[in-house]
Amino acid sequence: MASVSLPIKRSFGETMRRGAWWTYPLFVFLGLSAFVLYSTWAAFQGAHYFYGGGGAHYLSPFYSPEIFGASPHAMFGVKPAWIPDWVPFSPAFLILWAPAGFRFTCYYYRGAYYKAFWADPPSCAVGEPRETYWGERSFPLILQNVHRYFLYLALIFLIFLAHDAWKAFWFDDGFGIGVGTLVLTANVFFLGGYTFSCHSLRHLIGGNCDELSKLPIRHKAYGCVSYLNRRHMIWAWASLFVVGFSDIYVRLCSMGVWTDWRFF
Amino acid sequence: MAKAAFKIWRGSSEGGEFVSYTTEISPGMVVLDAVLQIQGEQAGDLACRWNCKAGKCGSCSAEINGNPKLMCMTRMNTLPTDQPITVEPMKAFPLKKDLVTDVSWNYRVKEKIKKFKPRPPDAPDGTWRMMQEDIDRVQEFRKCIECFLCQDVCHVLRDHHKHEEFIGPRFLVYAAALEMHPLDTENRLRDLKDESNIGLCNITKCCTKVCPEGITITDNAIIPLKERVVGEFYDPITRFLNLFRKK
Ligand code: SF4
Ligand code: SF4
Ligand code: FES
Ligand code: FES
Repeated sequence: MASVSLPIKRSFGETMRRGAWWTYPLFVFLGLSAFVLYSTWAAFQGAHYFYGGGGAHYLSPFYSPEIFGASPHAMFGVKPAWIPDWVPFSPAFLILWAPAGFRFTCYYYRGAYYKAFWADPPSCAVGEPRETYWGERSFPLILQNVHRYFLYLALIFLIFLAHDAWKAFWFDDGFGIGVGTLVLTANVFFLGGYTFSCHSLRHLIGGNCDELSKLPIRHKAYGCVSYLNRRHMIWAWASLFVVGFSDIYVRLCSMGVWTDWRFF
Repeated sequence: MAKAAFKIWRGSSEGGEFVSYTTEISPGMVVLDAVLQIQGEQAGDLACRWNCKAGKCGSCSAEINGNPKLMCMTRMNTLPTDQPITVEPMKAFPLKKDLVTDVSWNYRVKEKIKKFKPRPPDAPDGTWRMMQEDIDRVQEFRKCIECFLCQDVCHVLRDHHKHEEFIGPRFLVYAAALEMHPLDTENRLRDLKDESNIGLCNITKCCTKVCPEGITITDNAIIPLKERVVGEFYDPITRFLNLFRKK
């Protein structure tokens, strides 16, 4: 491509934009930092991630699916003996990398955290701190292209979380609805909205085809995913909030701080 | 009648400065009207490019209060007048004079993108048949008026000056319009990855925010193209499946 000689670059943070252009990146910075800190802390706890009081069967989404663990939800029993004691263990460590990877490589979050955490750019039409720029074309960010594989995992996780929500409707004395049931159901709803509005899913379900009119089922599915995709950012934040709150809810109930209120 | 204060960039590629002007504002005025009024009454040598005054020719692109915008589509009553309104030329292209930049780099970039290559005609009279629903997606991209505001705001060009490597959002939209066209048989994916360097875009969506035609550049053009590039070059499963597929 031809070269061009350009006006002098603006320095870091320099802009002619008026108003508080930094509010959005600041919100992203605080929102994501809070979530990462809380979820890491919660994953290290390895306790209070399920609630069985009042005959309930609630499992925190940070610990689902529970492959090995001490709760009645564990699929293969307690922590296996071959994991040495000095290795820090929590059932969350075995699975949390998958949803974390899904969000980390999500197209929406990428654009957002490149701005908020790396100032590349700090905001649109605002000067940058660094000269060098590699983008997503070379290592390490080229690895973001793995996103669709995390999508496949996220779809599987959604089945487990839906199963957890279903179990939250069944108490020891039969069918019932508690606040926890609603929380875990909302969690599946919002995570479903987030996962089904994914750009990679939109591509795989129909976006990769130029004559969708010949494939009516994929055409319909593409229409649905595209509809959700328009609000992918909203789904991303709503589901992040709800999944974090689900863990807090189960945790505080299990710790006896909150009482799970049962409707019937 | 109300008055509004302006600071308009005056200068050339050698340097320049903001010069203050004040002019009368009447109802319904857009920034271009005010700039032309200043040109007519106070600064006859002020260089400014415009043509249609209807948001359709894409000539009057500038930065108003730091935001890339069409001067003819920015109404004066949408801008705060407590401070002078700044009007500057675009930052991603060489400056010619005052508000006029040399956007010819864009035309050179466009020439390098592989042209439309339709399949053989569907009917004996040399015409094709397509379904409207298949062409809807491309029609969004065809709204582009080549104002190059998206190129201006894109930090890959604006701040990192990667004009040699990156084609910018405008031409990713253009490539998407061709690549997703139901009749097109050309494959531009390798070029998009290696020549156009679509990987330099880090999906900040600044281009989408400034597009006066409301084209959803990042979500509808760039990300779908990135996904196609992933499918063709990075994803081992689709690469394997592609071995059995004809293009
Ligand atoms: S989304 Fe990509 S092309 Fe658009 S402004 Fe950001 S980096 Fe540039
Ligand atoms: S895509 Fe939008 S902003 Fe970019 S050149 Fe076309 S009309 Fe202008
Ligand atoms: S793009 Fe956000 S989850 Fe896939
Ligand atoms: S003068 Fe034509 S777009 Fe503004």
